[in-house]
Amino acid sequence: MSTSTLAAPTVTEQRRARRSPGGGPTLGRPGFAWALPATLFFGLFALAPLVLVVVLSFTSWAGLGSPEFVGLDNWQRLARDPVMINSLWLSVLLTALGVLVQTPLSLLIGVWAAGTQRNRAVLSAIFFLPLLLSATAVSVLWRALLDPNFGVPGQAPWLFGDGNLFGSRTGAIAVLVFVGSWQFIPFHALIYQGAARAVPAVLYQAAEVDGAGRWGQFRHVTLPQLRNAMITSVVLMVVGGLTTFDTVLILTQGGPGTDTTITAYYMYEQAFRSFDFGAGAAIALLLVVVATVISLIVVRVSGYDRMRSTMEGL
Amino acid sequence: MKRHHPNWLAGIGAVAWLLLVGLPIYVMLAISVQTREGYGRNGPIALPDTLTLDNYTGAFDEGFGRYLLNTLVVTASVVALVLLLVPPLAYAIVRSRSRLTSGVFRLFLLGLAIPAQAVIVPIFYLISKAGLYDNLVGVVLPTAAFSLPVCALILSGVMRDITGDLYEAMAIDGASPARVFLQLVLPLSRGGIATIAVFSALQAWNGFLFPLILTQSDSTKVITLGLYNFQTQYGINIPGLLAAVVLSMVPVLLVYLFARRALVQGLMGVGGK
Repeated sequence: MSTSTLAAPTVTEQRRARRSPGGGPTLGRPGFAWALPATLFFGLFALAPLVLVVVLSFTSWAGLGSPEFVGLDNWQRLARDPVMINSLWLSVLLTALGVLVQTPLSLLIGVWAAGTQRNRAVLSAIFFLPLLLSATAVSVLWRALLDPNFGVPGQAPWLFGDGNLFGSRTGAIAVLVFVGSWQFIPFHALIYQGAARAVPAVLYQAAEVDGAGRWGQFRHVTLPQLRNAMITSVVLMVVGGLTTFDTVLILTQGGPGTDTTITAYYMYEQAFRSFDFGAGAAIALLLVVVATVISLIVVRVSGYDRMRSTMEGL
Repeated sequence: MKRHHPNWLAGIGAVAWLLLVGLPIYVMLAISVQTREGYGRNGPIALPDTLTLDNYTGAFDEGFGRYLLNTLVVTASVVALVLLLVPPLAYAIVRSRSRLTSGVFRLFLLGLAIPAQAVIVPIFYLISKAGLYDNLVGVVLPTAAFSLPVCALILSGVMRDITGDLYEAMAIDGASPARVFLQLVLPLSRGGIATIAVFSALQAWNGFLFPLILTQSDSTKVITLGLYNFQTQYGINIPGLLAAVVLSMVPVLLVYLFARRALVQGLMGVGGK
């Protein structure tokens, strides 16, 4: 964080000030007490559960009474569970498809919307609409529009075949990727829009002097400058994709069969449908670990952790 | 000489995306004002020939008025909690020199990475043990907690922009931290406070996961859960269902009209500026 480097030179200064009678910079500064209420609240409802999920994953609990310690029982069961193992691959597949579909489109729309033309500002207001809607509303809307009997597919057999998109594995996966993209492309486009607006105009002028056309400018100026935005966006897509849950619950219920039972949905089923909360906790923990590992890999492979500034050489 | 010839590729892409976003929303509105029979006859694409508001009144008969009210209560409570907790926290993060506080900031940054899905089992456990299952309070508490990291990040970013000179001027007057907070920090970070209010309101209004696992009866149902139930029970009544979807969106669209800036900034809270 840049704050620590900014604060570094003042540390000795600050020590001196604290000791000097009659005040100095520490005077009038808030103490830790100001942060205490929020910290306690957050600790109780977000951090404690994270610890508790580890504990619960070694217990058996059906929702009533107290959890019973069962050691590695849940973990051994899950390791042998074909639905569980399949769900992991499915989560990775859906996440990868999401990243591949959403990244180029968000990039294009974001860079386009970063232009300062008046019509772009007006259109952007419509572009970003899906962002405001709840995943529930979006899923219910598309479930209705794509309904096998009463929806659009029945009207366009030349495009959708028998019209039952939810009846086949490919169809159901396509629907999930499509609806996820419809909902989240605006958000990622916003990230790219912000980053594209921050690209120094000098770079474009220099590229123009060098005779770069529009494509050349995009390829050699815009894209490299958007690297950090792209990493942020992809990490958010990975975490979001792996934890997708409401879309699956409303659109496919994990079906047909278990063809779209991704890990986050399977966790819900185990805990809140089969009332096997121990197994649910174990799956949740696995999910956090997988999401963290993949995010770390993305950050490491892209060199984001070395925090290379896009402003180098300016 | 300037390079202002139109960019056709981007233009076509923009129009395509406009259609992709605009059409479903138009179709939804068009279907929601048709009778069920009219919709059955015309299908989803044709222009409606029967106009009616029955689907909207029907949604209220199905209890959507109650669900809207519950959602409003949850949203207002979450925003109140966030506004009570985050400004002092952000003030401490920016101005405190206590080591604990910088540790706290790192804790909240870590919190950004915790997906709510990962903790629903322990949250269910805690809320049940606290006797708050099927109670709106039980929905408010975790929803507010999961808004805190982003809000803390947004607001401390805004407060960091207040220049040191202003603090010093007040310190020379011998102002206490509380007076600095009330007379300097709060007035100068009004924009940031509006942003976190709108952000947390949107999170609460659109929240689905916590209500799904923490409530069960009709009297504690929020609007997203109402939509989900409506869909599983009356999935065939598409005009009625879509009217309910429209109802759930109206308040958010109103906020979008009047507070677009704060909303977009709130949404951008994660993912860099």
